[in-house]
Amino acid sequence: MDEQKPSGKQEEVCPSKRGKSDLLSLREQIDSASTNKIGPEYWRSLEELAGSPEFQEALHREFPKGASEWLDSVSRRGFLRVMGASLGLAGMTGCVRMPLQKIVPYVRQPEEVIPGKPMYYASALTLGGYASPVIVESHLGRPTKVEGNDRHPASLGGTDIFSQADLLTMYDPDRSQSIVSIGNLRSWQSFVDEMQGHLNAQKAMQGSGIRILTATISSPTLADQMRSFLKLYPQAKWHVYEPVNRDNVLEGAKLAFGQPVEAVYDFGKADVIVSLDADFLYGAFPGNVAYIRQFAHRRDPDQKMNRMYVVESTPTATGLKSDHRLPLRSVDIEAFAGALAAAVGAGGAGSPNADWSKFLNAIVGDLKNNPGASLVVAGDHMPPAVHALAHAVNAKLGNVGKTVSYVEPVNANPVNQVDSLKDLVADMNGGKVDLLVIIGGNPVYDTPADLGFTEAMMSGKVPLRVHLGLYQDETAELCQWHVNQAHELEAWGDARAYDGSVCLIQPLIAPLYDGKSAYELMAVLAGDPEATGYDIVRGYWQKQHAGADFSEFWRKSLNDGFVADTAFEPKAQALKLASLPAPAAPQNGAIELNFRRDPTIYDGRYSNNGWLQELPKPMSKLTWDNAVLLGPQMADRMGLKAKDVLELDLNNQKIRGAVWIQAGMPDNAVTVTLGYGRMRAGRVGTGTGFNVYPMRTSSSLWTASGVQLRKTGDTYELASTQGMQSMETPNGAVRHNVRETSLDDYRQHPKFAQGEEPSADTTLYHPYQYKDEAYAWGMAIDLNRCTGCNNCILACVSENNIAVVGKEQCLVGRHMHWLRVDVYYEGDRDNPRAFFQPVPCMQCENAPCEVVCPVGATSHSTEGLNDMIYNRCVGTRYCSNNCPYKVRRFNFLLFQDWTTPQFKLMRNPDVTVRSRGVMEKCTYCIQRISERRIDVEIASVQQGKDVRMGDELETACQQSCPADAIVFGNINNPDSHVSKWKSGPRNYSLLGELNTRPRTTYLAEVRNPNPELLS
Amino acid sequence: MEEQRKELVVEAPKVPVMGPGHTFGTITEKISAIVLTRPTSKGWIFGFAISFMGLMMLLAALSYLFVKGVGIWGINIPVGWGFAIVNFVWWIGIGHAGTLISAILLLLRQSWRNSINRFAEAMTLFAVACAGVFPAVHVGRPWLAYWLFPYPNTMNVWPQFRSPLMWDVFAVSTYATISALFWAIGLVPDLATLRDRADSPWKRRIYGMFALGWRGSARHWHRYETMYLLLAGLATPLVLSVHTVVSFDFAIGIVPGWHTTIFPPYFVAGAIYSGFAMVLMLAIPIRKVYGLEDFITDRHLENSAKVMLATGWIVAYGYGIEAFMGWYSGDRFDAFTLWNRLHGPYAFLYFSLLSCNIFIPQLLWIRKFRTNSILLFLISFVILVGMWLERFIIVVVSLHRDFLTSSWGMFYPTRWDFMTFFGTVGLFLTAFFLFIRVLPMISIFEMRTLLPEAKVHAE
Repeated sequence: MDEQKPSGKQEEVCPSKRGKSDLLSLREQIDSASTNKIGPEYWRSLEELAGSPEFQEALHREFPKGASEWLDSVSRRGFLRVMGASLGLAGMTGCVRMPLQKIVPYVRQPEEVIPGKPMYYASALTLGGYASPVIVESHLGRPTKVEGNDRHPASLGGTDIFSQADLLTMYDPDRSQSIVSIGNLRSWQSFVDEMQGHLNAQKAMQGSGIRILTATISSPTLADQMRSFLKLYPQAKWHVYEPVNRDNVLEGAKLAFGQPVEAVYDFGKADVIVSLDADFLYGAFPGNVAYIRQFAHRRDPDQKMNRMYVVESTPTATGLKSDHRLPLRSVDIEAFAGALAAAVGAGGAGSPNADWSKFLNAIVGDLKNNPGASLVVAGDHMPPAVHALAHAVNAKLGNVGKTVSYVEPVNANPVNQVDSLKDLVADMNGGKVDLLVIIGGNPVYDTPADLGFTEAMMSGKVPLRVHLGLYQDETAELCQWHVNQAHELEAWGDARAYDGSVCLIQPLIAPLYDGKSAYELMAVLAGDPEATGYDIVRGYWQKQHAGADFSEFWRKSLNDGFVADTAFEPKAQALKLASLPAPAAPQNGAIELNFRRDPTIYDGRYSNNGWLQELPKPMSKLTWDNAVLLGPQMADRMGLKAKDVLELDLNNQKIRGAVWIQAGMPDNAVTVTLGYGRMRAGRVGTGTGFNVYPMRTSSSLWTASGVQLRKTGDTYELASTQGMQSMETPNGAVRHNVRETSLDDYRQHPKFAQGEEPSADTTLYHPYQYKDEAYAWGMAIDLNRCTGCNNCILACVSENNIAVVGKEQCLVGRHMHWLRVDVYYEGDRDNPRAFFQPVPCMQCENAPCEVVCPVGATSHSTEGLNDMIYNRCVGTRYCSNNCPYKVRRFNFLLFQDWTTPQFKLMRNPDVTVRSRGVMEKCTYCIQRISERRIDVEIASVQQGKDVRMGDELETACQQSCPADAIVFGNINNPDSHVSKWKSGPRNYSLLGELNTRPRTTYLAEVRNPNPELLS
Repeated sequence: MEEQRKELVVEAPKVPVMGPGHTFGTITEKISAIVLTRPTSKGWIFGFAISFMGLMMLLAALSYLFVKGVGIWGINIPVGWGFAIVNFVWWIGIGHAGTLISAILLLLRQSWRNSINRFAEAMTLFAVACAGVFPAVHVGRPWLAYWLFPYPNTMNVWPQFRSPLMWDVFAVSTYATISALFWAIGLVPDLATLRDRADSPWKRRIYGMFALGWRGSARHWHRYETMYLLLAGLATPLVLSVHTVVSFDFAIGIVPGWHTTIFPPYFVAGAIYSGFAMVLMLAIPIRKVYGLEDFITDRHLENSAKVMLATGWIVAYGYGIEAFMGWYSGDRFDAFTLWNRLHGPYAFLYFSLLSCNIFIPQLLWIRKFRTNSILLFLISFVILVGMWLERFIIVVVSLHRDFLTSSWGMFYPTRWDFMTFFGTVGLFLTAFFLFIRVLPMISIFEMRTLLPEAKVHAE
């Protein structure tokens, strides 16, 4: 014990020993105190003993020994200990939740705020500039759930996965929480002051050194701010770049019409749809929510059913919902489009290829038979010529004004974004840029590699770089100033939906981390740093609507979530199809590399969003990773297996990625998705997947030819949530989980899907008479309408507080989704047909799970629900073993985050947060049933009559479904929507022969193939 | 009477149940010396140390399990039960031989059982203890596992009596209780012998306490025999019922591969099969090390081997019927389960199972294999492996591919699965090493009844 020696220098000893010596010295003091009789001889308490000055000193010095060490020299261990102790003390003070002062409860309760009753606000969330109109559920000022705005035509109650998941991004604890300048935390005021100085300097030069780089902006207010700023600084420039941009759409429109316009489709009026690699039935395609609804409503085999042909380079949900699908490489689709236009007589050149001439002829026949009621859609990533040809075909068939109309671009600055970025990089390298303001986006990560944006950022040729973003990402790292952005759920704003109508963005909560919106940043640049987002947005609309009734107009617009009558008027367009650029000659030997936006994390901006990372991709059911998708034929030829690591080599740029064999990929083509391999995404997203941006150049943004594939011999684990993607078992038998037939067959045998089911009377026991109850809940899912958009899964995750478990747990089959969407491929692996099947809990009347639970933790309600009692569950997992549908999910570990405060705010307070060791499963949103039951009971008392719950009660999955494929309600009421569906001929029970008597049933799928192509 | 008895002796098999030249005294001396006078051998210390390390590994694995949750194992959503249930059924099965030997063979008056019943019963107890570990710790919230017991509580909730797991609780706890009682009662006269022969007062006091004041009076013997017979009568149906109930865990479920009525007899036969294999695996080294060839003779080994051969054929019949019904029922799920066993990813294990449980044990038809203790030891080991694989096939391979192809998955055990399994082997062996050190591993007084002298008063 060195320390007991009176030496000047303290020797470092381990903390446990040090504690001992402290105790020893204290004891010595106590002993000496009693022997020296400084204190009373028989002291009774510390206060009495405290007469000793040594002891008093020891009490006053928090860290008797360590504290003196603090003065000596910098000791890492000592520092850590002191820090740890202070943190511990901070935690102790944190335990005191009671305010020190007396507070007074509500004397008058604030109007409309009833604890436990959620409030709903209309707002909007944007992706790629396009607004999704939403209604946000708020519990005592905390947004907890994003739902579609049923009043807006772009939603009609449906949502897409990205707007649902934005909720998690808003609460993300990894979001940027402060203004940072070169590693130092700074205040907003210091940022404003710094900007003021630079702007003043630029004033004299008319802002010639200022460049603003934004993502696609559709906000009228922000666009107005931009224009005013550019008026103030005429030499400044506004550049726009978004990695998933619509340059090709606008260029194609320019080719066809001479000016940039966007097409707005009406799939509801189209009897024949031809998609040229357009994935319009999946999130992020502008207008997808509306399009899914229009499409799905035309898939009713009892009405006039539409027919869809899809030609695509990568299997998508849209392609696999089609009646006929043709996998072609992107270059070949260009040739296909030319031949199609030529065959229809709309110009274009190209002769049909022998491989697909039959397919083409069938399409042409169908199109010609349905003039004015057909539609050709080109995918955003198709080259401009394909867009122009699609416009020409639509014009030739008389579809314009009927199934397609043309409106102004929603993008407020519809420049060619790649060119815009090129100009910016040239100016940066040329030293012309003194101040670069990057608003949103992550260009250091996601700009085309050949432009050298990152190098220009690092070269130091731009003296001042400012970044406004949600995360301190790759771009923030290379900027001197980073301002933490307020999320759209925290800030005021506006944006245009796909049809041009303006949606207002209302903050649902004060910015969690004091973030600033783009509007506020632009106000600073414009010299008005005091302006709040509210003032800016409201001020803009006051200018637009200057009448005396403005406050009424404003209130109504906020209430509705959008400004009435702002949708763009369709513009008549004269087709000026002159000469098209010659399509790239298909090189037969060369392997084509396609870059596509990721179905779940988009361009990488959702990289840190656990909900989206864990959302299975619609075709592969992969989670947490991107993969090199290639077809079975090619894999066989190259001797590749799934999970083999390949080296992709394109013009000496190499990346490594794992193979996923995707049925339906065209031969000689591989597809990779953007957005993975982030370096600074956050704790969730960093390091997932591989980054393909280094291979993406400005000339081959979407498709590159001549990629070399080399097998590395390594393997990489990919986590797919679906065990097997075929209904055919390896012994050659087929299990008809999804029942399907053609329209013709359906007309002849409408009850084709009905299976053998044991009669309800085949029992020795007296079955419970659900018919005598007021309610018997049931669900029906129309497989014909379901487009596999995954929206129901995220709605369920958000509504029911479902945990994110991470890749390792997904790999071993422990993901927690209560509702999954199974995909089954059938037929030729190179061009399969595929079916989606959403599987929630079947709520079986004869539930196999219930009889085997030894503690009765899952039991039946009188209304036919298979209830799960979490606090009774001991976790034997017997119920899951005995569930033939495997819809039960188990908390193998503590999957829920019980500590992060942000997530506590985010969760639905009506749903239990499950702990480790507990089984859970779909409840048919029982919290919604209960909430509604209270309402009708109150109404019954008030009205003095029995009020029943009707079809207005919706489960979360049903509510968010843009296709209206899910119907839920009371099957005891013959007039309910669900009863009507269930009485239809297509209704069948999954595994009904097991006599589980599921309450969730399916409406069998009916496809509408072209008889010409069947033979 | 005397005539008849002589005939019986004449017709006795060539290999006797006890070596020649023994008297009451030599039997007592030989068996009690192992406990009382022979020094603790190095071999014992070494074996005990290894076993105890296994037990510590079990404690470590269980501690980590309690801290983290059952997710440390390889189980997942199609395969909700893994090693824990496999091990549970395996150990319970092993635990069947003891009671069978003690109770059923007693009632059938198979006197050759006298030399192996004691340690077979001890083995049963320890095997049931090992089995009992798993149902308690395999649940997600083990601190609430007592909810499976029907006990009066303020929540006013009872267990759910339709669940086979509930029946397990009763079946296994009853079996454990009866086995323990049977074993303890059977030990009383021998404990009294040890008390009387012990050389130190402490040993005398401890053995005396457990001897329950046994003085060997005629009244004691009378009560003892009555009690023992009654317990044997109680234990006999349990031998059949416990594994029947355990098999209900599967047979009641609707999982293809589980839902079959053949399970109860086939599980019971399998249990006896593995139980005898474990008895032999213990008896063969023990008789070698402690020189007990006179008491555990080749006849014992041969009889046990014959029991294994017979139960092995019942098990084989079970496999046959399962396969036949998979085809004959025409049920597509059952048909696939059969296909999957033969061709699926775990096919290797299924063929190993067939080899271990059916093909290799056929060597027991050959007399040499029944009497050569080394070969018998190896075959017993093979059978134990086979029976473990059988439970793995039933539990895991049935679950991993059931009704919906979309939910199919795989089960890969983790190191914690193996640690828990081998940890219970450690627990078993630790208990067994302690048993042979402190208690007479062969029933002294029952061995004495095998001597001709004991038959004087028999009629």
